[in-house]
Amino acid sequence: MNVAAVEVEGLEVRLGRHVALEAIEFRLEENGFLAILGPNGAGKSTLIRVLLGLQPPHAGSARIFGRPAGKNPAHEVGYIPQIKTLDRQFPALPLELVVSGIRGSWPWFIRRAEREQAMEALAIAGMDRKLGTPLGQLSGGELQRVYLARSFVRQPRLLLLDEPATGMDALGEADMYRLLENYRARHNATILMITHDWDVARHHASHVLLLNRRQTGFGPAGEVLAGDALRRAYGHVGHAHPMTVEEAGHD
Amino acid sequence: MIEMLQSGFMQRAFLGGIMVAYLAGFFGVFVVQRGLSFLGNGLAHAAFGGVALGILLQREPLWIAVPFTVVVALGIVWLTEKTRLGADTSIGIFFSVSMALGIIFLSQTERFTTDAFAYLFGSILAVRWSDIYVTAVLVALSVGAWRWWGSWAYATFDRELAQSDRVACLRGDYVLAVAIAVTIVVSMKLVGITLIAAFLVIPAATARLLSATFRAMTLISVGIGVGSVLIGLVFSWQYDLPSGPCVILTQAAAFALAFAARTLRAG
Repeated sequence: MNVAAVEVEGLEVRLGRHVALEAIEFRLEENGFLAILGPNGAGKSTLIRVLLGLQPPHAGSARIFGRPAGKNPAHEVGYIPQIKTLDRQFPALPLELVVSGIRGSWPWFIRRAEREQAMEALAIAGMDRKLGTPLGQLSGGELQRVYLARSFVRQPRLLLLDEPATGMDALGEADMYRLLENYRARHNATILMITHDWDVARHHASHVLLLNRRQTGFGPAGEVLAGDALRRAYGHVGHAHPMTVEEAGHD
Repeated sequence: MIEMLQSGFMQRAFLGGIMVAYLAGFFGVFVVQRGLSFLGNGLAHAAFGGVALGILLQREPLWIAVPFTVVVALGIVWLTEKTRLGADTSIGIFFSVSMALGIIFLSQTERFTTDAFAYLFGSILAVRWSDIYVTAVLVALSVGAWRWWGSWAYATFDRELAQSDRVACLRGDYVLAVAIAVTIVVSMKLVGITLIAAFLVIPAATARLLSATFRAMTLISVGIGVGSVLIGLVFSWQYDLPSGPCVILTQAAAFALAFAARTLRAG
């Protein structure tokens, strides 16, 4: 059997006395696109932290390309955090943020080779015209593109994204998913993305993981989103709401 | 002017001042950008506890204040990490305990007024060649701190992103806290415990107003720190005023100019 891009077995995470995640178990093959859905406080970001090696599990395991999360080479993973957590007061330019993705530290000097690499990634993300604009003055969508460039430049095998569409307009969002899909196809990359948008999950993800501290569903997107798992994840177990686009009568 | 430069204590003041301004300007950018301005105040008061203990034990206060302040700095980082209390709360606790200890130590000695005042408010006359040598050694050691600049800056920008790249952020916090503690102790005699926090904050805050990158902020912070010491000490000599306040007011003037320039540029 091939080594999975991400393999999680019996994962349990406790934050003090609070059980943030329990009984999480899934396997995502290379080149998969997993959308992680669940209500606020469901443990979605905690799962990403486990995969980054920032949060040790209380029980079970999480492996990235066969190695325990956090023990795999850092360059194997490209992480795009929620942009709302960014410190906009930090004086920085897009080029520096992208080069930090190459180096794994903040650059004092930028070497020519690094600059060329970073410029190429910024051009792919459509941000090569705003090189001189401080990060604090970029819009949410522009900032997200810089983060995308930062991830692409290290050519990771796995991309982890935490609500990447926050602060983006519809056009920017569509463009971002196009960039992600292109990268995935070209580099045979695997994508794990937290989202609140079920339509995005349906259209882009190969698999969906439904969380509400426990795993309420995992499998191919079409199957999971069509079933009852969504209601269980969002706590609507007693009565039915139109949970899918088709049910609601839209296209 | 020539008379000033020929004077032994002014030579020591200039040399010492330039060195501590360099240290404070360099580390100050992390203090300001991480929102730790209160750390400077907290550690300065911890240094006061160390000085008071030195006076009580009739030992060179600097040699007692350095380990005392370093232990407090490590304690602040440790308590913040272990309890997840805000850094300002941890600082507040250690700050009060150190002050309380300092006051008790001083109450047990009779010669505190002269010695302690030199440390509290700073005095050019109090700076000796031995202080200059100690500061020079620390400046030499701090050259190694440039190696940490990249990881400190990265963790300052986004701690989680840095950790995901395997940057040892907590170890970096401890090293940075020790470096800031030592900077504060060696700055005591020239600037005074009561004003030392400004040394860490004002040049870096001024640099922040003028910089688009963190590298520029670091260089400008060091430049403003050193420039303010030179100008402030000349004022201090010229008008026979205390050195610490003269330097701080010069720094404040630089901040006001930077603020005005930025406001004019923006609007």
